[in-house]
Amino acid sequence: MPRVGLFIPCYIDQFYPRVGLATLELLERQGLSVDFPPAQTCCGQPMANTGCTESAAPLAKKFVEIFSPYDYVVGPSGSCVAMVRHHYKDYFQGDPAYEAIKKKTFELCEFFVDVLGITSLPGNFPYQVGLHSSCHGQRELRLSSSSEVMSLPYNKARQLLAGMTGISFTQLERPDECCGFGGTFAVSEEAVSCMMGNDRLHDHLSHGTEVLTAGDMSCLMHLQGLLRRQKKPMHVMHVAEILAGYQPV
Amino acid sequence: MTSLAIVDHPKKAAAFVADIDRAHWHDQSLWYVRIKRDKQAASLPEWELLRETASQIKANVVANLADYLEQFANEATKLGAVVHWARDAAEHNAIVLNILQSRGAQKIVKSKSMLTEECHLNPYLERHGIEVIDTDLGERIVQLAKEPPSHIVLPCIHYKKEEIGELFHEHLGTDKGAKDPKYLAEAARQHLREKFCGADAGITGVNFAIAETGGFVVCTNEGNADLGVSLPKLHIACLGIEKLLPRAADLGVFLRLLARSATGQPITTYSSHFHGPLPGGELHIVLVDNGRTDIAANPDFRRSLNCIRCGACMNTCPIYRRSGGHSYEATVPGPIGSILAPARDSAKYATLPHACSLCGSCSDVCPVKIDIHQQLLTWRKEIAARKQLKWSKRLGMQLTGWVFQHPWLYSTLGKMARWTLPWMPRFMLYHGLNPWGKQRELPSAPPQSFRELYAQRQKQQANGGSVTPQPSPHSPPSVYSASSKVN
Amino acid sequence: MGLPDTNSAKNAILGAIRAINIPPAPLPPLQRSEWITYPDPAAQFAIVLASIGGTCETVADTAELNEKLRHLPAFTTARQIVNLVPHVNLPAEHLLKEQEIADPHHLVDVDLAIMPGEFAVAENGAVWCVTRHLRHRVLYFITQHLALVVPREQIVHNMHQAYERLAWGQAEFGLFLAGPSKTADIEQSLVIGAHGARSLTVFLV
Repeated sequence: MPRVGLFIPCYIDQFYPRVGLATLELLERQGLSVDFPPAQTCCGQPMANTGCTESAAPLAKKFVEIFSPYDYVVGPSGSCVAMVRHHYKDYFQGDPAYEAIKKKTFELCEFFVDVLGITSLPGNFPYQVGLHSSCHGQRELRLSSSSEVMSLPYNKARQLLAGMTGISFTQLERPDECCGFGGTFAVSEEAVSCMMGNDRLHDHLSHGTEVLTAGDMSCLMHLQGLLRRQKKPMHVMHVAEILAGYQPV
Repeated sequence: MTSLAIVDHPKKAAAFVADIDRAHWHDQSLWYVRIKRDKQAASLPEWELLRETASQIKANVVANLADYLEQFANEATKLGAVVHWARDAAEHNAIVLNILQSRGAQKIVKSKSMLTEECHLNPYLERHGIEVIDTDLGERIVQLAKEPPSHIVLPCIHYKKEEIGELFHEHLGTDKGAKDPKYLAEAARQHLREKFCGADAGITGVNFAIAETGGFVVCTNEGNADLGVSLPKLHIACLGIEKLLPRAADLGVFLRLLARSATGQPITTYSSHFHGPLPGGELHIVLVDNGRTDIAANPDFRRSLNCIRCGACMNTCPIYRRSGGHSYEATVPGPIGSILAPARDSAKYATLPHACSLCGSCSDVCPVKIDIHQQLLTWRKEIAARKQLKWSKRLGMQLTGWVFQHPWLYSTLGKMARWTLPWMPRFMLYHGLNPWGKQRELPSAPPQSFRELYAQRQKQQANGGSVTPQPSPHSPPSVYSASSKVN
Repeated sequence: MGLPDTNSAKNAILGAIRAINIPPAPLPPLQRSEWITYPDPAAQFAIVLASIGGTCETVADTAELNEKLRHLPAFTTARQIVNLVPHVNLPAEHLLKEQEIADPHHLVDVDLAIMPGEFAVAENGAVWCVTRHLRHRVLYFITQHLALVVPREQIVHNMHQAYERLAWGQAEFGLFLAGPSKTADIEQSLVIGAHGARSLTVFLV
């Protein structure tokens, strides 16, 4: 039985444990042996994206060390997986241990569709879902087609969700505009970040989204923060929660 | 002239966003151009192949730039042009001034050229008593307003028609309160016809220069470049050295991409191919480096020289659309400008690579496949390495990185935060020092982290508990939920 | 500041570039089966030209061309007309002989220019125009209205085919002209007739 190392991003660990549990359950239900190595903390993305390479490097080294024993590394975040797959190279210079990790690290939906060959999951979710395309998952991992690129449309998360009964999807005015989170951008460019978030929310609210979902809890944390401040009626759930059969509360 | 002050993009952007209706209007105007671009791109099944082809041609140009430049200069000379070389903006400006002065040219009409903006040619010539009229309508508008363009293709995209009406009333004598674009454009036509007819020389930029033939191409929709250099006998073309293409046939690729990416047109109205001067006239070509070889020397940023100045990255950039071109305080604003400006002065423009959420839309829209957002990330590293990152940011990242290196410390601090957050009075959480909380709630703090729940679960399983959890789909586990329906 | 020595600038720039070690990158092929073609390129040309503000008229012969020209709104109101297309037969009263004009500034009042176009491009509505038959290239840009006459069989599908047709090596000006002059600089509102021709009619004969 292949062993999966569960990669739970730090902010999910601390603030959204249910997303971690949903990911764990989803993987276990596929008969996989899943293990959460507790030595993991953060992949180093916040530091790397600020340019602070020397602060990110030890975390990258640690990550590879911790996850090397597993057959697969799976995490519920396109952004953090993109960090490992595309942005660790500076710290390893062709190190075979990293090259191996790079090949076996997957975002959750990607792992289901591309590795396990599962394209739909059972369950009932009688809501209109607004699927936010988180940018790193979309444009770095290519989990879905981007509106700029002229190719046949696809979306791995949507493909998995679409198999559930009762579910419908919101048609957005701007299908894949950034929500404005962007890591430290959310703080350093607070004004633009919040305007971007509000514009995304307006698109969802005016087109009937009942449950806002995404493959990245970080985008959702930002959007949820705006929603709560404005007391707007919309549920926010990570894709893993919906796929695991959780209902909005 | 450029100021020496450090550019504070967040501050300028916040000021732009403060007028939220206007920011939305600006965003929508540019999004409309992006939609037009999408339609044009979708009309060609070979769009992605075209982008790839263009990118390969540009890579070849940079790899053989010296040869192509020499070839171009030789061929252009054979056709009767005079070729000049300028290492920097000062040399460029001096060459242009000398040509004009030695021929007694006093009145100049100039079509859009980002290179002459970069070199600040207009104020330089004006200081020497030469009248320079920008003839592109948008450029003329910002010239009358004494402002730099806020977009490289749509120079006055930040202006409302009422404001243009006001400006024209003051400078061109149009009716007070007039705001009809047709009426205003007609007034500009009449005003600029006079300028065209009275000009002693015309200056143009160059979209593409062809090594093989010694010719070059200038693209406009208005016909202003052509009018400006077909009436007077003297034409000066200012050309950045990266604008070379090896073969005339390469233009087929680039003319298909340029207007479709820029404005969503199938091609610009006028794509003029200049080979030599007007009969009986003079053609001067000024080849300008001004930092381009430095960019070529850096493998990380070399590909930014592929840029054909279509502006598509600006139109798609969610930050540019909401912060306005002037917030960048750079000749070329937006994503590509945030690569080019720090190459000139990384301390001054240190905030620009951070004026980006790394969404990557610019890289996907770019017709020559510049990995724009990756280069912006690379600039962030470069800026941190040069110790030009804001100290608070750098220190914060060092501290956070250090905490993350110690799992025990990380989980203890996490626990402390989750325990204290719910008990903290709002004024301690939401204040001026917490930009997150200005418009956003912090996430609620769950009693247990995932790692705590996981450890508990492992313990239960070891004690003979259920091994495969089967949660009922209708009753979520009794831990904190991400769901946040308020009403 | 004195005038820089352009030769030393040239050597400095070329020297700096040659000092950089850039990996070679081959040029891609430009003849490809993927480039778009259309079942009816003339129809495609007409559709695209209309979408960019121009008009395409297909005429059977010179007689019909003459007839259509006389009914062009730009013709009926014109006080100065330049015709450079052989076989076009128009009443002489408003005709201006371009070849006899020495100073291009004297073309400023031309209302309508009728000029030959070399070939048309289906994908983008452009017409390739040259200047060997005229004395002042400014005519293309200064006239208030423009009519181009293009042989019906001279239509290429795409820009790659267009460049395959073109030859270089002479000091000559040429342009792809696609529709009338336009601007959208005022609040993205399209205005036809910015500086150049206020209308463009392409006759496919």
